Amino acid sequence: MRYVLKALGKDVVVSMATGCMEVVTTPYPESSWRVPWIHSAFENAAATASGVAAGLKALDRKGVKSVAIAGDGGTADIGLQALSGMVERGDNVLFVCYDNEAYQNTGIQRSGSTPFGAWTTTTPIGKLVRGKDRPKKNLPAIIAAHGAPYIATASIAYPLDFINKLKKAAAIEGPTYVHVHAPCSPGWRIESNKTIEVARLAVLTGSWVLYEIDNGKINVTFKPPKRRPIADYLKMQGRFRHLTDEEIAEIQRMVDEQCKGFGIE
Amino acid sequence: MRQVLTGNEAASIGAKLARVNVIAAYPITPQTAVVEKLSEYVANGELNAEYMRVESEHSALSACIGASAVGARTFTATSSQGLMLMSEMLFVVSGLRLPIVIANANRALSAPLNIWCDQQDSFAVRDSGCVQVYCENNQEIIDSIIQAYRVAEELLLPVMVCYDGYILSHTAEPVEVPDQAEVDKFLPPYKHPHPLEPEKPVTMGPVGVPEYYEEFRSMQQQAMLAAKHKLLEVDRDWGKRFGRRYGLFERYKSDDADILLLTAGSLSSSAKELIDRYRKRGEKVGLVKVRAYRPFPGEELVDALSHAKAVAVMEKDISIGWAGALFTDLSSAFVDVKKGPLIIDFICGLGGRDVSPLQIREALRAAAKAAETGEVKKPVRWLGLREKVVGLGM
Amino acid sequence: MGGCTTKLTAGAVIIEPGSSAKYETGSWRNFRPVVDEKKCTGCGMCWLFCPDSAVKKGKPATIDLRYCKGCGICANECPFKAIIMVPEGNR
Repeated sequence: MRYVLKALGKDVVVSMATGCMEVVTTPYPESSWRVPWIHSAFENAAATASGVAAGLKALDRKGVKSVAIAGDGGTADIGLQALSGMVERGDNVLFVCYDNEAYQNTGIQRSGSTPFGAWTTTTPIGKLVRGKDRPKKNLPAIIAAHGAPYIATASIAYPLDFINKLKKAAAIEGPTYVHVHAPCSPGWRIESNKTIEVARLAVLTGSWVLYEIDNGKINVTFKPPKRRPIADYLKMQGRFRHLTDEEIAEIQRMVDEQCKGFGIE
Repeated sequence: MRQVLTGNEAASIGAKLARVNVIAAYPITPQTAVVEKLSEYVANGELNAEYMRVESEHSALSACIGASAVGARTFTATSSQGLMLMSEMLFVVSGLRLPIVIANANRALSAPLNIWCDQQDSFAVRDSGCVQVYCENNQEIIDSIIQAYRVAEELLLPVMVCYDGYILSHTAEPVEVPDQAEVDKFLPPYKHPHPLEPEKPVTMGPVGVPEYYEEFRSMQQQAMLAAKHKLLEVDRDWGKRFGRRYGLFERYKSDDADILLLTAGSLSSSAKELIDRYRKRGEKVGLVKVRAYRPFPGEELVDALSHAKAVAVMEKDISIGWAGALFTDLSSAFVDVKKGPLIIDFICGLGGRDVSPLQIREALRAAAKAAETGEVKKPVRWLGLREKVVGLGM
Repeated sequence: MGGCTTKLTAGAVIIEPGSSAKYETGSWRNFRPVVDEKKCTGCGMCWLFCPDSAVKKGKPATIDLRYCKGCGICANECPFKAIIMVPEGNR
């Protein structure tokens, strides 16, 4: 969030969905926010932010940007309808999704953004079920299909890339979307000090690709010089501990195909 | 200026006269004309507002929250299923203390699917912390929408203006449309005490931890109770400027009546006609028409009804497993009163079923019987129910 | 409660921006980062990655122990291995 506010400055109104960030930053009477901020519910960050944008416009308050922030749950699942409406209407809102790949705030239940094969409390490892059996929902592609003028992926391990993309997105008048990958140490079963390292490995293995879709044109902003095997990334996380060599190979195939699509070797 | 307007038109013009800044609404029968009319006004420049074509009622109210929080005057309208979808946010609006005005065209709830009038939808959300006002006719609709902003903004509470779907929403009646200049004098611009603005950043909607939550709820309750006085204050001012007053409820030939009907909404008009006919025959019957339902004017109703021998509540809703909302709330107002009337609940008009004069007569007759015998054998009864159709009587 | 009254704002609006600064989370730590002044080059990576804004840029970098929760990211990311995590209580 530091990076978000560093990039955007103080002339913003933030509408945030219920989630990790919302809960830890605003237990009454404490607030960590020094910009105007509102939380109304879980599934409506985009709708609230759209209303903020409309209100600012109606009151002729120029130079203030409406920003919506939600986790992967409040974006990809329960929040998807509101986000879809916001983009379709062309509302002047920058939507930032911080993706820790599960409903972490309520205790690590799976979301549509949980990657294939991951353990979560609702996709546990047992005799009949072995982690999430569905691929990760491709949010950037969904937003691109709506025709949003600017979409970008980012990672907390590449803060300057993230900040640049946020600045670019905020400057555009219309619906823009930035999706930042953010590991959760209890949720991914990693040591807290490895948080940035794991995020970096996601990018270096091609599992998380840093790119932008600028008016429909895809531009990869970082190509890992020598793409590392996915096992390096998976083996660092307890949530993938159960994977067999076969399962890892399958995930490697999925990553290879994704990288091919982006022109990453 | 006098115009012939449907209820939906009256609601739209009310919002226009109130100079709303942001409208976010989703169409649903029988409210659709409100959404369409307002769209027209904005499109041709008659109303200078941002019109949001939201993708659901939940998003409609969420967008109103965002807009209201930055200091814009907002409006939305809905009905039935839309109100239900919006209901999560109704509680939030009240908790956040934002002065949003919601017009609700009363319509029955699914399942089974039904687009016609009953009052279940708004009664179902009576706990939400919205001020609730029920309109008898289209004049009352236009007046109530404008008044609602004064009440909402001075108390920081949402106000829901309810009117019967189809019976009022689609029926045209002569309405005195208030003059814009007069409305401007009545309704000053909206000023939130601490809106969302970068110059003075505030945090809205934090986690209300157990140490504080109960206190915040109590503050809401105080505000809602204060709404009783506010509604009357605004009503008096409206009366001075426009010559029309409504009060928290209306006493129609009730002061000397032994038998009373209690209604809310358009049914009050039909009931008044019957009261007049009975009075011509010399029978002492009367009607109390409830306008403000939340805050519930319990003490005031006890005052207005105590003298009667029996009260027949006629309402178009039922809390399955017990009774209708009006009856339940009214009975609780009498719980510690030593001498009060016998009260009978009549569930009628569900799903758009017509409430005929015969049904109203039945209610009056039953109340008279109760007054005579001094007892009520069945406190909750249904009017117009076709027992044969129900079959097995399950 | 002791005779102290707090004035609550309707709607639970928090009027004081950044009031959480009053709540010092340093006591949550199990491990404390210690910066080796000789190895630190002032590159600022620790400051960049600290999730709690508990690092002040400089040569050497300094840790704001009022808020540092001891997550260890700074030590892990330092390119010069100039930060080590030391168990609290070990003076």
